[in-house]
Amino acid sequence: MTAHGHVGHRTLADWRHRSGGDYEHLLEFRDVSLSFKGVKALTDVGFHVDDGELFAVIGPNGAGKTSTFNCLNGVYRPQEGDIFWKGESILGQRPDTIAGYGIARTFQNIELFAHMTVLENLLTGRHVRTEVGPIAGALWFGRAKEEELANRALVEDIIDLLEIKQWRKYPVALLPYGIQKRVELGRALAMEPELLLLDEPVAGMNLEETEDMARFILDIREELGIAMILVEHDMGLVMDIADRVMVLDFGAKIAVGTPAVVQQDPEVIKAYLGEEHESI
Amino acid sequence: MRGRPLLYVDYEEEQSLFPTNVQKALVVVGALLALSIPFGWVPGMKFLAHPGWLQLLVIALIFMIGAAGLNIVTGMAGQVSLGHAFFMGVGAYTTAALSGNPTAALWGLELPMWLGVIAGGLVAAFLGVLIAPTAVRVRGLYLAIVTLGLVFIGQHIFRNWNQVSGIPELGRNWGPFELALWSADGPKIDLSNDGEWFGVFLPSEGKAFLFMLVVTTIFLLLAKNLARTRIGRSFAAIRDRDIAAEVMGVNESKAKTQAFAISSFYAGVAGALYATFLGFLPPEQWSLFLSVQFIAIVLIGGAGTVIGVVLGTLFVQLLPRVVENSTDFLSEQIANETLLAPVADLVIKTGAGDFGVLSLDAAGAGLSIFQANTVIYGLLIAVFLIFEPLGLYGIWLRVRNYWKGWPFTY
Repeated sequence: MTAHGHVGHRTLADWRHRSGGDYEHLLEFRDVSLSFKGVKALTDVGFHVDDGELFAVIGPNGAGKTSTFNCLNGVYRPQEGDIFWKGESILGQRPDTIAGYGIARTFQNIELFAHMTVLENLLTGRHVRTEVGPIAGALWFGRAKEEELANRALVEDIIDLLEIKQWRKYPVALLPYGIQKRVELGRALAMEPELLLLDEPVAGMNLEETEDMARFILDIREELGIAMILVEHDMGLVMDIADRVMVLDFGAKIAVGTPAVVQQDPEVIKAYLGEEHESI
Repeated sequence: MRGRPLLYVDYEEEQSLFPTNVQKALVVVGALLALSIPFGWVPGMKFLAHPGWLQLLVIALIFMIGAAGLNIVTGMAGQVSLGHAFFMGVGAYTTAALSGNPTAALWGLELPMWLGVIAGGLVAAFLGVLIAPTAVRVRGLYLAIVTLGLVFIGQHIFRNWNQVSGIPELGRNWGPFELALWSADGPKIDLSNDGEWFGVFLPSEGKAFLFMLVVTTIFLLLAKNLARTRIGRSFAAIRDRDIAAEVMGVNESKAKTQAFAISSFYAGVAGALYATFLGFLPPEQWSLFLSVQFIAIVLIGGAGTVIGVVLGTLFVQLLPRVVENSTDFLSEQIANETLLAPVADLVIKTGAGDFGVLSLDAAGAGLSIFQANTVIYGLLIAVFLIFEPLGLYGIWLRVRNYWKGWPFTY
């Protein structure tokens, strides 16, 4: 008997992502361009993410960070370029198909299912990794029950990891902002992703909440080995935890490299601080 | 460890439908009380054993199936459908064609009722699948309008397809309300004639009540199980945040199609049972009013909850009876010239020149009882939407939480 009273259920430790495979990069953007009528949201953006890597995307507001995520998720369809997942193109596929490959995401403005409890939100994240249909579900006994209990055990592991035990049965709409952000991370984790997209995970958080979130991100990386793409405005956080950083400005890539290199890049300094002008 | 309330040692126990001992006891007592209704054994509930009341309760049980169906598509999946009456009508006429008695002008294959009812559900579900793609294209109010159109298309077809639905404003007969394996001559459970069960004499409505109690319980349990497993959660995800749901891996059009199919199946079964139980209905029965009644049930009971379906149906089904009884009471007050007579006189229209909100003889100005009910449904929907979006279930939650903490406020 394990602590959960069920033998044989998968736990978090079981699904540590095993890197490697017959592909060059886990994810590759190749010259992706996206425009809405005249507005060019992304122009020839290319980058790659490898197994277990923590890749950060930064840039001023409107630089195209969230659009990059939306292209990757299949919410937007870029007009030019291609996106490869494990060496195969995923361009033009539906969001739910792409989710099935193991690409999970949190949102900049919290997109939790407001009428559900924390537990139900996390269980919904299990959708792509489970298969009970309406008839088996309605009958309950048998496959559905088995699957529900296995899901519950796994989700409880995530609740443990993210330290949201006391909120388990709360409707998410009642929770404080910082906790909602954590629940959203948990919901993405419940999908057993191989790549996790974090869209501003510490936006609007105080120092303590930011440190907690950074700790969770590092825990997920170390314990589960999931590759991550982090979009964030908190430069301290990005420079501390990212392996590589890509800087976008007006939809174009202006720099990519380790945090130390990117920080010294004159183009990046220009994008963030502006140019020096001679005073008149 | 055992026997301590609210201490769970495994998930199976905690996730069961009725986790606490109090809930288990209430379910058993409730089931026994419900089963005893047609026998009239329990003091205080004896009046319910009257055929008139039993018929009302049978219809309420059938409506619970229909309401559970609307609850799946509207309450759980968030797709407002006004087309529920159409799907009920489809179920009813499929049954009529399969298990009705044929005449020169009417179709009827005289197949057993169970076959007709299941086929009614399946045909309605098939039409639900055909309608579902519109729910992917349009949402909210627009979907409500599209499904509203469905009711009028249905009305037109039902009024004009006379071989199936009989003469307009008159209708046709359905097959007998009975459980026969194949033919009426073989072994069967007769639900449409009075008779003895377990050595006790029961009116036909009493038998039908016991039968429907079992059938409705099964349908409600299936709906509840659906709600608490994978597919039910995908419906709720689509309702709350459709884009996020898709990014989480829920296929929106598949989920909406499933919701419409299951909902229409429930509606078809409910329509088939309703028509077969009453035995004779005009094609005008499957009108917008019926759809609105179901919307009222779901909203008043508490959208998205199965217990709300039960509470809402009882409330909405018993309401006309309450209105009727209170008008009877007021008429008596006028006749006996009691102290309440002046008030009653304002409400009830007694003669041709008399002022009154309600008119009992249905002639002249003033609302008939049917119209009064329609007005009351409308008012209640508005009141519940504004003041208690969780419906009767929400009221119950607040009462329960108050007494849980009593005498403290939290």
